[in-house]
Amino acid sequence: MDVFKKLQQYYWPYKRYFILSLIGMFIVTLVTVVYPIAIQQTIDNVMTPADFTLLPYIIIGFILLMIIKSVAIYYQQYLGDLFGISSVYLVRDDLYKKLQRLSFKYYDNAKTGDLMSRLTADVEGFRFFLSFGCAELLRILSLVIVSLGVMFYWSIPMGLVTMSAMPFLAVSVYMFDKRVHPAFRGIRKSFGRMNTRVQENISGMSTVKSLSREDFEISRYEDKGENYRDHYLKTAGIWAKYFPFMEAVGNFCVVALLAFGGYLVMQGQLTVGELSASFILVWYIVGPLMNFGFVVNMFSQAKASGERLLEILESDLEIEDSKRPEGEEIKGHITFKDVTLTYVEDDDEALKNVSFDAPPGKIIGLIGATGSGKTSITQLMTRFYEPEAGEVLIDGRSVSDFSLKDLRKDIGFVLQEPFLFSTTIKENISYGNPEATQEEIVQAAKYAQAHEFILEMPEGYDTVLGERGMGLSGGQKQRISIARALLINPNVLILDDATSAVDMQTEFRIQEALKEVMDQKTTFIIAHRISSLKHADEIIVLDEGEVVERGKHEELINNEGTYKRIYDIQYQDREAILGKEVKQHV
Amino acid sequence: MATEAKKKSPHLKRFHYTQDVAVDKPFNWKQMVRLMTFVKPYAKTLLPIAVIAMLISTAVRLIVPVLVGTYAIGSVIPSEDINWLIQLIVGIIILYILSYIGNVVRIKYVNLLGQNVIYDLRKKLFAHVQRLSNRFFDKRSAGSIIVRIMNDINSLQEIFTNGIINLLMDVVMLVSIIGILLYLSPPLALAVMIIIPIMFYISTKLRKNIRRSWQDVRIQQSRLNSHLNESMQGIRITQSFAQETENTEYFNGVNTDNYDSWKTATRKSAMFRPFVEMSNAFGTAILLGVGALLIINGTVTVATFVTFALFIGMFWEPISRLGQMYNQLLMAMSASERIFEFLDEEPNVKEKENAIELKDIEGHIVFDQVEFAYDEKRKALHEISLEMKPGQSVAMVGHTGSGKTTIANLINRFYDPTKGSVKVDGYDLRDVRLDDLRQRISVVLQDTFIFSGTIMENIRFGRPDASDEEVIEAAKVVGADEFIQRLAESYETEVEERGNILSAGERQLLSFARALLANPRIIILDEATASIDTETEVKIQKALKRLLKGRTSIIIAHRLSTIRDSDNIIVLEQGNILEQGNHDELMKQKGEYYELVKSQFQENA
Repeated sequence: MDVFKKLQQYYWPYKRYFILSLIGMFIVTLVTVVYPIAIQQTIDNVMTPADFTLLPYIIIGFILLMIIKSVAIYYQQYLGDLFGISSVYLVRDDLYKKLQRLSFKYYDNAKTGDLMSRLTADVEGFRFFLSFGCAELLRILSLVIVSLGVMFYWSIPMGLVTMSAMPFLAVSVYMFDKRVHPAFRGIRKSFGRMNTRVQENISGMSTVKSLSREDFEISRYEDKGENYRDHYLKTAGIWAKYFPFMEAVGNFCVVALLAFGGYLVMQGQLTVGELSASFILVWYIVGPLMNFGFVVNMFSQAKASGERLLEILESDLEIEDSKRPEGEEIKGHITFKDVTLTYVEDDDEALKNVSFDAPPGKIIGLIGATGSGKTSITQLMTRFYEPEAGEVLIDGRSVSDFSLKDLRKDIGFVLQEPFLFSTTIKENISYGNPEATQEEIVQAAKYAQAHEFILEMPEGYDTVLGERGMGLSGGQKQRISIARALLINPNVLILDDATSAVDMQTEFRIQEALKEVMDQKTTFIIAHRISSLKHADEIIVLDEGEVVERGKHEELINNEGTYKRIYDIQYQDREAILGKEVKQHV
Repeated sequence: MATEAKKKSPHLKRFHYTQDVAVDKPFNWKQMVRLMTFVKPYAKTLLPIAVIAMLISTAVRLIVPVLVGTYAIGSVIPSEDINWLIQLIVGIIILYILSYIGNVVRIKYVNLLGQNVIYDLRKKLFAHVQRLSNRFFDKRSAGSIIVRIMNDINSLQEIFTNGIINLLMDVVMLVSIIGILLYLSPPLALAVMIIIPIMFYISTKLRKNIRRSWQDVRIQQSRLNSHLNESMQGIRITQSFAQETENTEYFNGVNTDNYDSWKTATRKSAMFRPFVEMSNAFGTAILLGVGALLIINGTVTVATFVTFALFIGMFWEPISRLGQMYNQLLMAMSASERIFEFLDEEPNVKEKENAIELKDIEGHIVFDQVEFAYDEKRKALHEISLEMKPGQSVAMVGHTGSGKTTIANLINRFYDPTKGSVKVDGYDLRDVRLDDLRQRISVVLQDTFIFSGTIMENIRFGRPDASDEEVIEAAKVVGADEFIQRLAESYETEVEERGNILSAGERQLLSFARALLANPRIIILDEATASIDTETEVKIQKALKRLLKGRTSIIIAHRLSTIRDSDNIIVLEQGNILEQGNHDELMKQKGEYYELVKSQFQENA
């Protein structure tokens, strides 16, 4: 119940829909029971005594009631649905806002698949319960009670006979539900496994074909296909066991009614009309009860869904925006003072006592093996993470002193993975600066050496990129993300392995362009290739989170340290290939 | 709420998602017949049992109202004969037991039939897709293929499971009810039957209209989900560029559109039941009025009237299901059309009927005047002739579109040349068995795919019957053993495509181990350009040497060190061979290759 209370803010504004829908539902229930009563009245008061004066009234009354019922049905269903979808509209809105602002740390530990299933299946579960489940529970109860009431009114013994079937029904409904839900989960899981299998097969088709493993793949698929079929058949087996049984319980009621009711009619204690109408009423009791288990289950599922939604809605933002008003400009003087960072508590430090000073106009190169902390340094500048110790300063002030928007709007990031959105190339480049003009966009693309290949695309800048930038090579994606970062006209530019898939000539041209754009501004370059960062004003060599060397390229070459070793490996070819050449020139 | 949001926000078009268009295909008999051929294997086993079971329970459902209405109320109860009543009740109980058995058998066999048909169909489609050529996959996104294998086939599930049997059952029921009513009282039956066409109209047309609006909801929902998914994957970009507010505006638009479409659909749906109720009420009113008049006439008894009252409530069910079936069939039309489109797709390289079995090969490759065009307009290769000797390593150098990948694809026979021939050990590739050929050639890709499973399973993918020892041996040879041992559960560590347990370099080492295990005579290697740190790079170079040793290798090369060590370097430009020879020879020539090498080592600073 606590869950529904916490989620109240989403559905309570629409309580009017719910209440009106409930009123509709009660009207429907009452009128439903009128149908057998009309039959009974006709048989007992019109046909048996052959007195037809009442008949027109019965017919007119019946039709009027049915019109009322139809209108009530309409509002019951429509307003009930509206209650659900309106509430879910608010839930989605809040979930999205929250997800936009959750920290990198949250996403490091979250799985997109899990989040997606909360946003789809759990939101849907919650909606379904609001739209349908709540009201259905009340409907079943009221229909059963009213029908039984009518039956008892006609004949107490007959009511008792009908009620005697209920324990059987209750037990079988309970047993059925207990078995069928795990079985359904089994189907879903099995389907999920089959889906994953097919998905991997199709996504990895080039790998399958390159090793000629089609037959192996077919046999791997068959296992999953068979498993799915078997799960489905197992569930159908449960269905076959219980459903006919539940129907048989209802049928048993009919037989019992016929036997007992027939006897009562013979004794003159019951009218023929009442007996006939009872055959209809029986199904108003048995039918809804067969669904009772389903509704109860829906309730517990909605509760679980609500809990999972609350987990997102109530999760901690971790990085609190500062209270300062927005609108400050960052000049880009970045200083690290003894900064230490740990991603997960009690884990090894990702950065240990890192210090450096990067005034505007400087190019800083960061190099080191995978996991040495290069990316971590850059992500502290924009407060994607917060240091455990030490200070990160921009223009002499702590980064937590700036509003997040100000902090991030002047720092241009080109992340390691060049993620592009499914939209036009133009929209992708202007992602950080939606107000940019076409000229500005083209200019940024030119700087990033992307203009030419964009023009070769079928619709130039208006070409829509598919899922995850499909249709572009790695190098092309990287160049578009560079253009995207340049378009916000940043005072600090961070290139995190941003040209690894770009060929060397193009990379050289990009570097030339950056010199022009980033003049008097701060640039950070993370790279594995020495050629990408040897022009830096300071190169910081990292190893396991520590600064092991720093200085200009020429200085580091003479240092005989890590940097020199990397240099030797990368440039041994040069010696070997150009060796003779160089000598010839000399 | 909706229109207001749209006017204010300028960010409603910042993302584009491919949207399905909801089109109904007209009913197509030929396609239907073709679908039904999948039932054929079960036409003499499962199908008749299901049909008989269905007929039994349907018969009981029809007989009981007659017994209760006409017989019990008409004759037995007025006679006040208890024994007669008991006999009747025993009779009904026996019928209900029969119906119970019928239902159990029907549910079981109907599902058995349906699931087997669906299994066969999906298996056939999956296996067929495996045989299709690269060109097929080049043209389509993975998602669109998966949707056909999974969702389109699933949408046929209901038709094959309950659909066929229910169709029969409903027709039998409807015809029998009409028959019984006509037998009992023709005038009353005719009067009551007025509601049948009304019900049919509601069940088909109104339902179709409603279904359309739900299709709309699905489209909106899939747009919403696509965006949610993407917004999470791109969250780091969004936060880096501080675009949270703008995205929220976009999402607001999507959310509102979704809300609006739901609202429309739900409004239309809510009309459905009132219509059904009204038509039912109309029928009952007719029954009451006409029935009463006929009772006055003396043409109809009270018992007949009760029987009619019981049956009139039974009209709706079969009609409703038939309407549903009609709608399902319409949906199945587009699904089955898409499935058949794939099944009719022919692989563009085909094995000859009496293809030669290729036993061990040496790996001697010859291109004789090979020309190739992906489409009519542009030739990818212009009459190329070249030779790769057994055990030789050949590097192919050139820009994107120069024809490197095309040459590799031809050796693997993913395509056939448009002119000339490609020969391995003297056999024209078109004459040998495809499987034999590809078993002896491995392609090592730049972006190798990691299947979800353990590391062991992933390496074993190269040769499924390899023992654990052989897998570990292969990993050792390429130097992957070292990092695997460091993983939490070494070879039993679970990995997946999107997971970040493995770095780019480690994935590459895994793919080398895979290829080594396959033990091919010919290796085609697309060298990676991904970001790999220098130390790992050194390991990869070493592993590569071991992998290629003693095999004919064709390398689409990016690294100069690989190129330099090759026995033969082929420089390609726009489908032509510009020059070839080993490193020293080409450097002396001072041609294109010389320029390329020089530019790579130009001093940038």
